[in-house]
This record gives sequence, structure tokens and C-alpha cells, in this order.
Amino acid sequence: MTITSNAGSDLTPQVELVTVVVDGVAIEIPKGTLVIRAAELLGIEIPRFCDHPLLEPVAACRMCLVDIEGVPKPQPACAQVVSDGMQVRTQLTSPIARDAQEGVMEFLLLNHPLDCPVCDKGGECPLQNQAMSAGRPESRFEEVKRTFPKPINVSAQILLDRERCVSCARCTRFADQIAGDPMLELLERGSNQQVGTAADQPFDSYFSGNTVQICPVGALTSAAYRFRSRPFDLVSVPTTCEHCASGCSLRTDHRRGTVTRRLAWDEPAVNEEWNCDKGRFAFTYQEQGRVATPLIREDGNLRPASWPEALDVAARGLAAATSHGVLVGGRSTVEDAYAYARFARAVLQSDNIDFRVRDSSDEEAQFLRSSVAGTAVRTTYESLEKAPAVVLIAFEPEDESPIVFLRLRKAARGGGTRVYSVGAAVTRGLSKLAGTLIPAKPGAEASVLTDLPAKVRAELSTPGAVIMVGERIAGIEGGATAVLELARSTGASIAWVPRRAGERGALDAGALAGLLPGGRPLSDDLARGAVAACWGVESLPATTGLAGESLLRAVTGGGIGALITGGIELADLPDQALGRAAIEAAAFVVALENHHSAITELADVVFPVAVVTEKSGTFMNWEGRPRPFAQTFKDALVMSDAIVLGMLARAMNAPIGASDVAGIRQELGSLGAWAGARAEEPNTPAGQVVDAAYLVSTWRALIDNGVMQEGEPYLAATAHAVAATCSAVTVADLGAPENVTVTGPLGSLTLPLLIGDVLDGVVCLPLNSPGCALYRDLGVRSGQAVTIGGAV
Amino acid sequence: MTISEATRDQMRDLAARYPKSRSALLPMLHLVQSVDNEVTADGINACAEVLGITSAEVTAVATFYTMYKRKPVGKHHVGVCTNTLCGLLGGDAVYAALSERLGIESNEQSADGVFWLERIECQAACTHAPVMTVDWEYMDDVTPASAVDVVDRLARGEQVASTRGPVIRDFQATEHTLAYPLDGLVNEGEAVDAKMLVGLRIAQERGMSAAPVPAGDAS
Amino acid sequence: MITSGLTPIITEHWDKPDLYTIEGYRRVGGYQALAAALKMDPDAIIGQIKDSGLRGRGGAGFPTGMKWGFVPQNDGKPHYLVVNADESEPGACKDIPIMLANPHALVEGVIISSYAIRASHAFIYIRGEVPHAIRKVAFAVEQARASGFIGENIFGTDFSLDVVVHSGAGAYICGEETALLDSLEGYRGQPRLKPPFPAVAGLYASPTVINNVETIANIPYIIDRGVAWFRQFGTEKSPGFKVFSVSGHVVRPGIYEAPLGITMRELLDYAGGIRGGGEVKFWLPGGSSVPMLTAEHLDVPMTYEDMATAGTMLGTGTPMLFDKTVSVVKAVTRWLEFYKHESCGKCTPCREGTYWITGVLEKFEHGHGSPAEVDTLVNLCSQIAGRSFCALGDAAATPYPAALKFFRAEFEAATTTSANEQFDPVASYVFAETVTR
Repeated sequence: MTITSNAGSDLTPQVELVTVVVDGVAIEIPKGTLVIRAAELLGIEIPRFCDHPLLEPVAACRMCLVDIEGVPKPQPACAQVVSDGMQVRTQLTSPIARDAQEGVMEFLLLNHPLDCPVCDKGGECPLQNQAMSAGRPESRFEEVKRTFPKPINVSAQILLDRERCVSCARCTRFADQIAGDPMLELLERGSNQQVGTAADQPFDSYFSGNTVQICPVGALTSAAYRFRSRPFDLVSVPTTCEHCASGCSLRTDHRRGTVTRRLAWDEPAVNEEWNCDKGRFAFTYQEQGRVATPLIREDGNLRPASWPEALDVAARGLAAATSHGVLVGGRSTVEDAYAYARFARAVLQSDNIDFRVRDSSDEEAQFLRSSVAGTAVRTTYESLEKAPAVVLIAFEPEDESPIVFLRLRKAARGGGTRVYSVGAAVTRGLSKLAGTLIPAKPGAEASVLTDLPAKVRAELSTPGAVIMVGERIAGIEGGATAVLELARSTGASIAWVPRRAGERGALDAGALAGLLPGGRPLSDDLARGAVAACWGVESLPATTGLAGESLLRAVTGGGIGALITGGIELADLPDQALGRAAIEAAAFVVALENHHSAITELADVVFPVAVVTEKSGTFMNWEGRPRPFAQTFKDALVMSDAIVLGMLARAMNAPIGASDVAGIRQELGSLGAWAGARAEEPNTPAGQVVDAAYLVSTWRALIDNGVMQEGEPYLAATAHAVAATCSAVTVADLGAPENVTVTGPLGSLTLPLLIGDVLDGVVCLPLNSPGCALYRDLGVRSGQAVTIGGAV
Repeated sequence: MTISEATRDQMRDLAARYPKSRSALLPMLHLVQSVDNEVTADGINACAEVLGITSAEVTAVATFYTMYKRKPVGKHHVGVCTNTLCGLLGGDAVYAALSERLGIESNEQSADGVFWLERIECQAACTHAPVMTVDWEYMDDVTPASAVDVVDRLARGEQVASTRGPVIRDFQATEHTLAYPLDGLVNEGEAVDAKMLVGLRIAQERGMSAAPVPAGDAS
Repeated sequence: MITSGLTPIITEHWDKPDLYTIEGYRRVGGYQALAAALKMDPDAIIGQIKDSGLRGRGGAGFPTGMKWGFVPQNDGKPHYLVVNADESEPGACKDIPIMLANPHALVEGVIISSYAIRASHAFIYIRGEVPHAIRKVAFAVEQARASGFIGENIFGTDFSLDVVVHSGAGAYICGEETALLDSLEGYRGQPRLKPPFPAVAGLYASPTVINNVETIANIPYIIDRGVAWFRQFGTEKSPGFKVFSVSGHVVRPGIYEAPLGITMRELLDYAGGIRGGGEVKFWLPGGSSVPMLTAEHLDVPMTYEDMATAGTMLGTGTPMLFDKTVSVVKAVTRWLEFYKHESCGKCTPCREGTYWITGVLEKFEHGHGSPAEVDTLVNLCSQIAGRSFCALGDAAATPYPAALKFFRAEFEAATTTSANEQFDPVASYVFAETVTR
């Protein structure tokens, strides 16, 4: 667990220190520290259940009673703050404390079923462990235990065994204080007290899995892991989450080559001790639908091939083309993205490269090159917590970077941080941040940013203020330009928060046209020279290549002959027809993929590559903080993208240096930071709002149809309801039907209609949820017009 | 939907009484019972909606307090104090007699849906033991026979008056009073009886009174 | 020091049928104290209550003036007065009668007390099971409002006050002041961690004073008649008078107002003695949460200090007396069933301890306990007392050891003989003679 002091994590010298003596050992600690934390610092473990360093103390379980000199009754160490000269005696030195703890343990076990042999928690159970260390060998209880039917579902994912519960209220406090989802509560009273939900509202929190992890008994279990294994049979490996750009530390537990579960791991600077349910439960994709061997196209069909054969075919196909393009998916590691960036420039002599296989714009590319790539870390989780004001633009943190959401919520709940969101709706997340909506119709965000209320501008001008920009800024004409202007005029810092784990790393690795590693502008001779030297090539292309939809259009138009793709989903492109047309039009396509997908169906050569458990690497999170991780399965034979690209380079007779993680890290290190001129900032005029009755506002829900969530039905069942959400006025205008049919250029969708805090004339739709895939089904993006009619 | 818009308006009105609206939750749940005869899921959701909290948060509260029922009470709530003093002074026999008469045990509803019987805790009327309540109005100094007579008369639709309170209405009416206490019944029935005056009468008879105010001390 | 006789003060005019109306209350001098108080400096009122030595009548006996003095002044936060009218302690029936008979004494006390602590919002939290008391108090508040005693700029001063009458919903724990605050905020009535204390961060995290009904009903009299008058009654450490509710096997159960320091023997004499000329088997001076006493303690003065010396507490000052027909095993079992039912569930010792002890005692009541368990129960009580979150646990751990001290043989007998075999249950009924067997 995180060791924190009540006084805050900032142990600056001006903190007043007091001396407290625990079991005869004196320690100087900040005033206001809890006795239980003081004891921890001395290595003295006081047993506890309800105590959790990130939750407010309740002193409910009474397990941590200690003897304090001069105080007649034993006191709960989890709620008692130290005072100067305090003499604390724990169970180690005080018979009173020992007796009190043994008494509490005897009480706790009264109604506990003691079904450890069939309990998932057995082996890692604080109750089991502390019953051994702080309990009496035998119970005197001879009466009848309280029983409950078990287990019950508090959500599709979370199961509750009430008999095992010790009423510590960690789960309910987590739900309320941390997640802001008080849908799990203590119900009933006295010895009937039990955790539960409302009759018709399950505990569908994006963070629900954390309750399983912090439950100090086996009362809460997950459907995904229940009865899968015993903790002592598992091998645990620390890792980094591959889903979003939050960059959570995780622990992966595996057995016999299979991941059995993932847990949030302790990283005070990033995810503290939490993660989201996607990061926790969405990992079965790693095993399903894998590309097993290299594949080559022969007579129009893919067939398995040996590595030498496939490499040979690929090398020849690429060499035959005169122009190339490289598309890198958003979940590459820094090392893999770097390998693509290097391969494009040094082997293919091409700058046609982009990691943004999603909605993107030239303005965004300029913004990323000029103002994000390779910049020093300025805004961190910790600085967010102290920010006086945070303005969100094109960013819904709970859905798009849930750990950023948790930290913002902590900041807002602490009372010091005010959150604003420029957008069209007060989202569930924004209301949990006690945030304020700065209304902007889709498409009007840039104008709204340039004309912010004076109060917000003033708050943004306070030192420490932050503008958090989501990747959806790409879809807002003039948005990035307005953000830069706002930052310049207020002094607020900019934090770009992409949605996928690999995007920030790919940007810094130079996997974007016009950009070399470390934020070096391709157009800069010095930069180009240094990189060419590092890569051992004479020169690099000097002209900025194509990116985004321009690149795809060039392929379609025949301007680019061959493509290399690395971990992309064509369905992520707003213009799916364009994406498909480009792949089909390309003379030669080499795909590095771990799963069969639309792209592998069209490629000429497919190389299987490793998933995150099969390789080591680094994700760079939104802060710009490297989050290195080791290989989970040490004996996995699947190669990373970088290794495959290295082999391909050799097959093309253009060896390009290191392909292994250590080597690439060394190369990146030798390049160092870039202090030279930066690429030019965008200067795009603010876009206009489309003149239509109904405009779409959309983003991806955290739990949706993403391919990496496949194979997890319990997780999928906790997704937010899929619906069209409009303002009360708009709903009334529509005649308040139960369902509506929303129509775009490509077709129609019929969805339940909900009333929400949304601007009039705007319909909020999830971007890619079950029964609602906007790009595919409607062919619309945020800010575009749809028609809405009552459902048939 | 059993909670009408009018009831929601009353909930909003209750919420407006307090500096923070959630304070109105207990009266609001009484209001739900005054309409639904129990705390229904609809009632819980309506409270949640009005207060802007989750249904789970309302459920947590609704299940904590003994007066909120999770199944229909019926027309009359009949309580018998069986805490130590009342119970041992005869409340046990009163409860047994009512249980037999109504054919139900504690926290059950009679087959005809008219009565709910419940062993209740101390009603702060120990001087009037054994104590029974009908729709939470006092029926003091009961015996098994008088208690059975009360329910019999109620069953026949006859008027029964509380010993220190108004004529018995029904459970839902009392629940409404708990949300809106200015129900016009304040003048009904005697609130002060001989047992509340017993000390005063003795003092009067024996000429005992409080000490006079010392000269010059009064403010 | 007046420590004997009956002294009707709060109860003086209860025989006047319209006392509950503002007209009736004013006819006997009501609201004079308010007029006087509003001419005083609030600090002077706090000082006067401090000087009076008035101690809280809810059970703990904490000095009221000192409690008021803890409220920080000029802190820029709203202050609140909350009246604890959740009278639910088994055996206590004095606050509800006060509200039924003399609600304006409470309301006048609320207004004066709010003025003293600079509260512009007061709440009267009345347990939900007493609708008629709630009616009376709500009506009194409305009448006071109509008369300009509640509302904006009372008596033309810059003091404004709103009073809300709030119904509880059945939870003994809400008599615990921080649980009451949580309940009043619309939460489960579970006690809060202290510190912060309510005087600093109470209702809505603002400075709050929580006083018992009877305490507040004393205030107008102290303001009106002065400290010296008040301190004539009672003792140095327990000044004043008390509304005693005398219940149980006495000839004339009811309300007796008398000075603190009166003996149970004298009160029992007014109450006509034990029925049928019988004797006291055991009695509790102030609710089920205080240790029981026996006939040998009838001459202990009813003061906070003397009761403590006798090994018990004055508590709510509402004596319950039981005669020799009563099974102490059954009495204690029933109290524990009560504490089990009313335990809020928050802390382990109280939640689980009351569950366990009740189970064992129920065996005893039915004659099935084991001799070893007679002492095990003492140990279990010691595992709750002083270790639970709030005083409810301490209270639950009180009846058994106290009873065992005097009636060990009865518990030992209960290992083989049920309570009903030891004591004919019918004999303890107040209507025993009417029961045909």
C-alpha cells in the first residue's frame, strides 16, 4: 500500500515534526500523521481491515486498537493522529492492545463462514493472515452463524458473498470517495448490515474491480476470476497497462502461460493504487484470434509461410515500389514506434508515416510537432492535483483516460481545483468532478476557447492552471490553434491526452511525418544530420511527407505504392471507405499484426508480432513519463514489431542498428533531448458550426466495442447504456419518443432516447458501442449533421 | 409509477426546508410510505431523483431505520412494546394476545391486509406500561383484552381514540403527518393524562412548590 | 440546597389544558425570558448558563454552558442548534411528556439558546414514533413564528431564526449526537469520528450545539429566574431540578419533578411504594444503559456524583423499578435484544458482540446456558466496553455485569432452569390479578 501522511505527500521542510514513541522506538514525523502510519514507518504492522491510506478513516473495524499512555481506553491507530511525546504501545508490547485486538478478531470471525478452502481470497487474505497473527487459536462462539444466500451479483462483473464481509466499508468508501459512484452502499443495520445496491441499479462503475482488490476478505470477487486459481499458484509480474494513455502500473498474474488476472499496482505518482475495469479485465484478447505464423498472399489467398520466405517476399515487394507509406497503430511501445520511424526514413527513404490511424488533421500534426513531441514533462498527475483550475477540451476523462479522471476527482474533491469542460454536454464524469460546462456546440469549440468567460481566463492565469486537450481536438477546426493561443495568453500549461497507450510514445519516437525522434523537426538540417548519424545512414528524406487522410488519399490515387502497417484497425478511421480503398489500392501491403483483422485480410504479407505480455518495452503516458515494462512470459517466442522490422531491413540489405529494447533505448538515449528550433505552430482559423437542426457530439465510451475488449462478456455487461442523449427541450421537440432513429450519410441507427444535460440541438452518441458504430453505420463525426426522427 | 408528480412536488418542497436538500430524506421516505404503504423501489428512485443522489444511497437509508417497511403494512400498524419494562409488565401477554387474534407474528401483515403487527422498542411511555401503538399513536396501559378490543373495533371500522392523541386514522395518514406535522389534529385528544400530572397533583395537595426567586436576582 | 420535596417548575402548569398553545403558555409567563434574553449580550447568556451549572439532561451530564462555549465565534460559518428529541432510551419518558404538555418551553429555550450561540437555524429532531409530540412541537413552532418569535428580526433585533421540526424514523442510535447529525443530514444514523467535535464541525460541517429537550426546556427558567434561584436546587455538582419519570412496579408511576439530590426512597414514597407493599428487587436510575442498583441503594441521592460513587450513573434520570416477581435473566436478555436490534452495525465489537451475547442470554432465558458461559459473558462484555465506536457498545456491555454483581445465583440457576420456571411471568404483569390461570 502507499504510505502517505495525512499532512499530504509534500514533505517539505516547513512541515512541523513531532516525536512519537511506538513500542519504545521514537520517530520524528509530521504533525497530523496517523498512529498507524507512524508505526508503519517503524516497520511495526498493526493489524487492520477498514484502514486504507487512500480512503478517509472510519475506525469501524476496531482491529487496530492500540494502547496510548494517558488514554484510558484503547484507541484506533487508523484514526488517531500523533501528538508530540505520545507513547503508543501496540500489540507487540501492550497486553491491553493485544487483548483488544484478539477480542475484535474473535468477534470478526463469529459470523465469518471460515470457508477459506473454497475462497478466492485464501492465501492472500488479510483476515486469514491476521487471524493467524492477531487472533486466538480457538473461538468460544457456539451459537448459530448468520447466513446469507451467496453469492449475489452487485454487477455483472462483481459478486458479493455477504457472509464473508466484515463491514469494513472499504468498497463503499471507494465507490463514493474515489470513483464517485455511490451505487454500492452499506444497507440494513446492526448484525444485518450488508453491502448492496439499489434494487434496480447495479454497481456499474468503471472502477468496480478495485473493490475486489481492496476487499480485505473474500466478500467481493469478480466473475472473470472467480474460482480460476489460488494466489499461491500464480506468478506475478509487474507491467504497464496497454489500453489508454493513463499509464497505470499493473500486476499481471499468470499460470501455465495464461494470464489469470490483472491487478492495479502501487504507483503513487501515477495510478496510486487504482486502475479501471478495462485495464483490469480486458486481457483475454491477448490469446484469441492470434496470427500464428507469417502469411503470404498467393493466387489471391493468404497462406502460411516460413519466416525466411515471408521476409523475402516482403523485402522484394517493398523494394519494387518506388514510394512507401507507414501506418503505425496507437498501441505501439516507444521502442516499436521508433523502429517504424527509423525503418520509414532509413530503409524506405520515406517520410510518409503516421501513428494517428484515427480522426486526424494537419492542424493537429502541426500542434503535436510544435508543442507536444519531445517536450519536457510539465503537467503530471501530482501537479494536476494542485492545479487551481483545469479546462478540458475535446476530452472526457472518465471515458478517455480514467486515471486522469480519478486524479482530477481527487483534486476537485479536495476543494482546491475547479474543473471546466468546453463541450456540448455535462457528462457523468464532469458532474462527478463538480465541473462546470462551458457550452460549445460541436464545431464551435475553437471560437468558444478564444472567447472564454473572463472568470475562467483569470483562473487559467493562476500559476499551475492546466488546459487538458484530448485527441479529439483533431476533429475541431482551429481547435489546436485556439488552445495554443489560450495557453500563450494565460500562461496555463497544455497537457495533450491521447486515448491510446502508444500515441504519446509514437509521437516522441518520430512516427509522424515531418518529425524525427525527440521532437526534432525533419526540416531542420542539424536535427536531420544528428539522427542520420545515429542511424548510420548518409541522409534522410528532407521533405515532410504525407500523413493522415492525405497519406491514404495518395495511396488511393496511386502516388504511394507500398504500405507497411503495424497494429491498426481500419474501423478506427472516420472515413472507413477511404481506409479500405487505400489498402486495396496499394500495390503491396506488409502488415505486422498480432490478430487477424480487416487489414490482415487485405495484406500481401502478414508478420505475427508480440502482444504486450510477450515483449518488453515502454509506454509513454500522457504526462510524457516513460512507463517501462518487462516481458511477462519470458519464454514467449513471438517477436516484437521492432525485431521483425530489423529482420525485414536486413532482408532488404539495409541494416539499421538495434532492434532489441535495450539497444533501442540506448540509441534513443544517445540522441538525447532536442534543444533546437521546434516545428512551426498551426495557425488555422476557427471552424464554423454546421447549420443543421441536429449535430452529433461523440466520443468513445471506456467500455465499448474496442477489439481489445473482446472475449470479456462480464466487462461488456457493465458498459454504460447505449442511447441517444438530448436536452429536455430537444427531446420535447422530437415529441419525446422512447426511441429515435438517427440518420447520417451512410445509414440509420435506432436507439433509446434519453434526456441529459446537453445543449439544445445536439445529440450525444457513443462512437463505437454495441449497436452504435457511428463511422460505420452513420458515417458521421462530431460536429456533423444528422437527422432524427421518431422510431418506427 | 406510484409516485405522482404531486408527490414529487411535495418532496421538492420538503427538500427546500433545509439548508442542504438531502436532510429531507427521512421525511421524504415517510411521505413515500404515506402514498405507497411501504418504501417502494419507485419511491426510492423518486427520492434519489429529487435529491440528485443514487438510488443505492437512498436504499442505504431506507433500510437503516425501523419505521421504513419493505413490504406493505396494510391499513393499521399495531406495535406492542416488548422491551424489558413494558414486556415484563404485561406487554408480552398483550403481544401474544394480538398475535393470536390476528394470526400473525411480528413484522407480518394479517391475511386481510388490515393489520401489521410488530414488537416495538421503548416508546418513551414507560410510565404507561404496557404500551401499545396504533399507527404510532399511543394506546397506553393496555391489557391483552383491551388491546384485542382495540383491533376488533378497528376491524369493524369503529372509531378508536388514542389515549394521548387523536382518533386513529390509518398508517398512511400518520406517515403523512411525519412529513407534514401541521395536520390540524394538534387539538384532538388529551395529550396530558393523570400519570403525567401525578407528581404535580401530589405537590399541589401537599403544598410543595418550587423555591421563590431570590430578591434582586431575576434578570 | 434544596434536595427533597417535589418542585414543579417545567411541569408546574401541566394541568392547564391550553398550556400547549402560545396563549396558554404566555398566560403563565411564557416568552418573558425570551424578551429578556434578546436584550442581553449572547455571551452573557452563555455565561449565565455556565454559572448556573446546568448539566445536560440527555444522559451524559455534560455542562451545557461549557458546550456552548466551545462554539467558535466570528468564524464566518453558520451555526446550528440541534435539539435531541430522539428519546428512545429504555425507561426514559420525560422528553416526550415535556413536548406533549409544554412544547413552548422547548421552543422558547430553542430561541434563546440559538441567540446565545449565534445560530440562525435550529432543528428539533424528534423520533418518528411519537406523532402527537411532533404535532405539538410543530404547532408551537408555527405559533411562535406567527407571533414573531421565530423568523426575521425577532423583536426588532437583528437576530433571525428559522426552526425546523424533523421526524426521525426509528433508530435508537440517533440519540448519539453525531449519529443524529448524520441522520439529520439524510444519511444512515451512524456515529461520526471525533474529532472534529460538533461544536467545531457538526451539522453540514459547521459549528453545532446538540442539546437534549429537557436541557433546553430549563433555559427559559434560568434566564427568567436567575442563577442563584437555579442553584438553590440540587447540589454543587448537580444543580437544578429534574423531570423524573418513575416507572415499573410502583403504585403511582408517572412524572415527578424534583430537585436533583432527592433520593429514590423519597421519590418511591411519592409514587406510593412498590405495588402490593412489595419490595424493590432492582432499579435503574436512568435508563437501561446504566448499571442497576438494588434496594440497598434507595438512599443514594439522585445526583451525577452520588450515582457515580454508587457504581452507576444518573443517566436520563428516569428510574425504572422492578419488584421481586421479575426475572433478572429475562430483563437483561430483553435489554440485550434491544441493543442488538439497535446496534448500528458500524463497529465490530458492538455489531458482533451484541449478536453473540444475545444468543447466549437467550439460551439462559430458556434454561440452556452452561455454567462456564456465566463468566464468558463477562469477558465478552469487557471486549465491547471501551472498544466500541460509540457509547451504544458501552451501554450494551452494562446490564449483564451489573446484574451478575447482585444476582449471580439467578444466572447460574438459568443454566438448568428457564426464566419462566424461576419466575412466573404472569406475576410481573401489572394486570396480574386479572389473569385467570
